[in-house]
Amino acid sequence: MRDVAVIGIGCTKFGEWWDRSFRNLFVEAGVKAIEDANLAGEQIDAMYVGNMSAGRFIEQEHIGALIADYAGLASEHIPSTRVEAACASGGLAFREAVISVASGMSDIVVAAGVEKMTDVDTSLSTDALAGAADREWEGFTGATFPGLYAMIANDYIHRYGLTREQLAQVAVKNHYNGARNPIAQFQKEITLDTVTNSTLVADPLRLFDCSPITDGAAAVVVAPLEVARKFTDTPIKVLATAQASDTIALHDRRDISTLDASVAAGNRAFQTAGLERKDIDFVEVHDCFTIAEICAIEDLGFCKKGEAGKFTEEGATALDGQIPVNTSGGLKSCGHPVGATGIKQVCEAVLQLRGEAGKRQVDGAEIGMTHNVGGTGATVAAHIFGRT
Amino acid sequence: MSVPRFWRKIPQRYNLEGTHCETCGRYFYPPRNLCPECRREGTIVNHTFKGVGKVVTYSVIRTASDQFSALTPYVLAIVELEEGPRLTTQLVCSPEEVKIGMPVKAVFRKIGTEGESGVIYYGTKFAPM
Ligand SMILES: CC(C)(COP(=O)(O)OP(=O)(O)OC[C@H]1O[C@@H](n2cnc3c(N)ncnc32)[C@H](O)[C@@H]1OP(=O)(O)O)[C@@H](O)C(=O)NCCC(=O)NCCS
Ligand SMILES: [Zn+2]
Repeated sequence: MRDVAVIGIGCTKFGEWWDRSFRNLFVEAGVKAIEDANLAGEQIDAMYVGNMSAGRFIEQEHIGALIADYAGLASEHIPSTRVEAACASGGLAFREAVISVASGMSDIVVAAGVEKMTDVDTSLSTDALAGAADREWEGFTGATFPGLYAMIANDYIHRYGLTREQLAQVAVKNHYNGARNPIAQFQKEITLDTVTNSTLVADPLRLFDCSPITDGAAAVVVAPLEVARKFTDTPIKVLATAQASDTIALHDRRDISTLDASVAAGNRAFQTAGLERKDIDFVEVHDCFTIAEICAIEDLGFCKKGEAGKFTEEGATALDGQIPVNTSGGLKSCGHPVGATGIKQVCEAVLQLRGEAGKRQVDGAEIGMTHNVGGTGATVAAHIFGRT
Repeated sequence: MSVPRFWRKIPQRYNLEGTHCETCGRYFYPPRNLCPECRREGTIVNHTFKGVGKVVTYSVIRTASDQFSALTPYVLAIVELEEGPRLTTQLVCSPEEVKIGMPVKAVFRKIGTEGESGVIYYGTKFAPM
């Protein structure tokens, strides 16, 4: 297998874009990534596009071809493939691109993610997102996506005694970081009270425990490490790519508040990279709900089971903490255009490792990690990146 | 959900019909035709569950899709059946009543209404014992 590097990144601003279309968002991110990599369009060998549910959100399927066409590449006839794994679609699209380059099948590959969620109302988006879980045995009974994570939260609270304030601190910290990220959907700091006074969505989760409904796109370009310096002075090496799966339904899991797929993907990534937890300088985790960040920190091994609340409260996950978590603002504050999120996490890792993360820069960041979850943990992608 | 898709699952949804692997002794609800333990070695037979269990975890749903919005707030739970398997279900009780560990039993109820066609779906919910 060949070593692979990220040589270009591009992201739209995340938010509610009533005046912009799916393809328009994607083209902006793609063009930015290609310009960042100093590439010409015809140098691209293949594309992978993460997208969860264009069929439900904009009634459009066949996204691979659509994207290649509007990226101006129809005449090149490159292979362009849509990758779907609910909220982990982006992470898996990135992994496919890495595998394609590592194997020698392709040289220059674009991995992108895009979701246009605000063309439908909250009721329809709630129903579409419930498709990330088991439609026949969870969705049919009235389980919403926030409802499933709320059941993880209640199980966790019951067993480990997590406090309301500790959970809220996840959102406060992520909004603090998001306020320093120019692409974030919500660039404003909040207090514990903002969270605890917000409306209940699915007890115990409130509005400010949830990631929002977002439009956005992100794209990155990967290439063999050995040629990466022809395109950029700061190639970022992919030290590990890992993926794992688990039962589709939450009720079938071995343990409600442990995402075994996170544990497996994390362990595989650390093993491939030959690194320890203490070697990681920052991590982007999948905080679709505040409780998801609590579980992720533990499942990836940054603290013991049951201790992430205290860990967060003590500031260990803050920008200047022991292991900064979600410097981008995470899904909570940066926004969560589901198919784009996994790629945006890679963009954030690359910015941090290049030293280009501005006001949210982690000092001396050398190695970073990303963690992208599909559904309530049925798919997990984990990646580790390093400076070269 | 389309009518055939719902109709196909009526025995399971109305009567808690699941499956049982005679080879390793595990019970499955929702039903599985392949035992994850024994795979092709497992002998799978139908099994009707007694319908008693306890609440493993729960939530109170306040924002729902159209099909369920008339029911909000409603209690959603994961229930562990006496025979072992766990399932996701609505509970017939108030948000104040529900507790982790609470014993519950299956009852037959309206589950939801489908958008414009107005089709009403019935199935199993659980109620405090
Ligand atoms: C929580 C949720 C139901 C709220 O939707 P909603 O009630 O329709 O919210 P609205 O769009 O009406 O927004 C109302 C206000 O709250 C704000 N808001 C919406 N979601 C927010 C969030 N998650 N955090 C903070 N503020 C939020 C909006 O900006 C708006 O503010 P304004 O009145 O100042 O303009 C919706 O965001 C949701 O479903 N989130 C979960 C998404 C999800 O499951 N993703 C997949 C996970 S992997
Ligand atoms: Zn068996």
